[in-house]
Amino acid sequence: MKNTLLNVDQLEVSYGPVKAVQNISFQVNEGELVTIIGANGAGKTSTLNAIMGLTDISAGKVEFNGNDLAKSSVEAKPKLGIVMSPEGRRVFADLTVKENLIAGGITLPKAKCDVRLDEMVKRFPILGERVNQEAGTLSGGEQQMLAIARALMIGPKFLILDEPSLGLAPKIVTQVFELISELHQEGVTILLVEQNVKKSLAVADRAYVMELGHIVREGRAADLSQDKKIHEAYLGAA
Amino acid sequence: MEQLIQFAISVLSLGGTYALLALGLATVFGLLGFLNFAHGDLMTVCGYGLFFMLAAGVPFPVAVLFAVALAGLAAVAMERIAFRPLRGRSPMSLLITSFAISLALHVSFQIFISPKSKPIPIPSYFSGYMTFGDVFISKAQVMSIIISFATLFGLNAFITKTRIGIALRAAASDFTVARSMGINANKMIMLAFGLSGVLAGVAAVMWIAQRGAVFPAMGLTPMVKALIAVIIGGLSNPKGALYGGFLLGLLEASFLYILPDQYVIYRDAAVLLTLIAFLMMRPNGIIATNAEPMR
Repeated sequence: MKNTLLNVDQLEVSYGPVKAVQNISFQVNEGELVTIIGANGAGKTSTLNAIMGLTDISAGKVEFNGNDLAKSSVEAKPKLGIVMSPEGRRVFADLTVKENLIAGGITLPKAKCDVRLDEMVKRFPILGERVNQEAGTLSGGEQQMLAIARALMIGPKFLILDEPSLGLAPKIVTQVFELISELHQEGVTILLVEQNVKKSLAVADRAYVMELGHIVREGRAADLSQDKKIHEAYLGAA
Repeated sequence: MEQLIQFAISVLSLGGTYALLALGLATVFGLLGFLNFAHGDLMTVCGYGLFFMLAAGVPFPVAVLFAVALAGLAAVAMERIAFRPLRGRSPMSLLITSFAISLALHVSFQIFISPKSKPIPIPSYFSGYMTFGDVFISKAQVMSIIISFATLFGLNAFITKTRIGIALRAAASDFTVARSMGINANKMIMLAFGLSGVLAGVAAVMWIAQRGAVFPAMGLTPMVKALIAVIIGGLSNPKGALYGGFLLGLLEASFLYILPDQYVIYRDAAVLLTLIAFLMMRPNGIIATNAEPMR
């Protein structure tokens, strides 16, 4: 039995009178790739923001390695080994590729940050070629690679990916999912939030389906990808 | 040729001072999304620091260093005492608070120091003229160019070559994401205020060197100029502030040369009209950005 790294228990997130996330519970075990799928407005990003401490939790709790995450600030998350690649990539547009990576590894000692920077540049040759280019001038796919590389700088225990394929060309989407699969095989624990249900279920171990703030289905990704209702709701056109 | 050199020196000297002030404003705006109206009063703090140090017999260069550091500390104190308790409030609340701080400082200077100007003795290497062939150049202007460019290069090296400088730029670009990378919000905001205070201090030294006095409302005019510079440059982008500062300097120096003597009093009006026309064509300034300040 693998150790539970993230435990979300009866989580609720509200924005004024609107309940974006209602009483959801799920776990991510060490080394797993778990995906949360669902349509726009299902509450996926609100769930991730609650885990990161970017949104207040209205009720319930979020534990990481047994520690209550509500007690740690947003800034403390990388020290716990948690890092998120946000929706829309959100690279630091005015900073160069290299500076973006340094910002990602800012919590590391300088020497270690330099080593990780070299590793990232080797792992992502396209970033290596553009190391002194401003991130805002990169293509969407390159920015996504940079956002993931920036998140990998600290060598995270737990990587959160929010809609990494959003707005990318199909060829680039395939590359992004290949990268996610590689990271999973290397042992990185990943929580992936996506609207690309087919590709998410293809790479994940387990999946949760969210609708209107609730988790409505859960199970092994392989089983859910064969599920008739999931097919009808999300894969019909795929 | 003579006139061209003098014109270039005027542009660089005025533009450098405005650029430093505008950069200070833009540094804070980039993180918190509001214009600190008390920024000009940091210049006055520096001016009084300089006045009291010189009155105590401290040599001018040491007094300058002390006064600039004092402006930096005053900016940090301003953040800790007045702005931090309001963190997360709307930028409008912070703006109104900055008006209150400015007014409180202004009145305090009048009550506790003097409502009148205090003369500041300027050393010979900062006053008078030097000659290059047939060209007479004000020493204060030359010093101002040297100091402002040295400060700009130093600042550029700090924000591009050091990890903390890169972290500050990352925070100004997207504060939420920067925080999730482990970049400490409090440290960055304190650093931004400290830097803005130091920049205001350096600008104050150049301002005073050309006027030889400090008084309670000294910071008001340069603050308004800096405000204009950041708006035409593009709010929240340091490069925009820099360009805005130099553009303002260029326009002021140009109208000074273009306008006949009897119309020179209309220089500021002419500059502002030109800038209004510019903003009608480019409402977001020279450089438009989508930086997301802290909420």
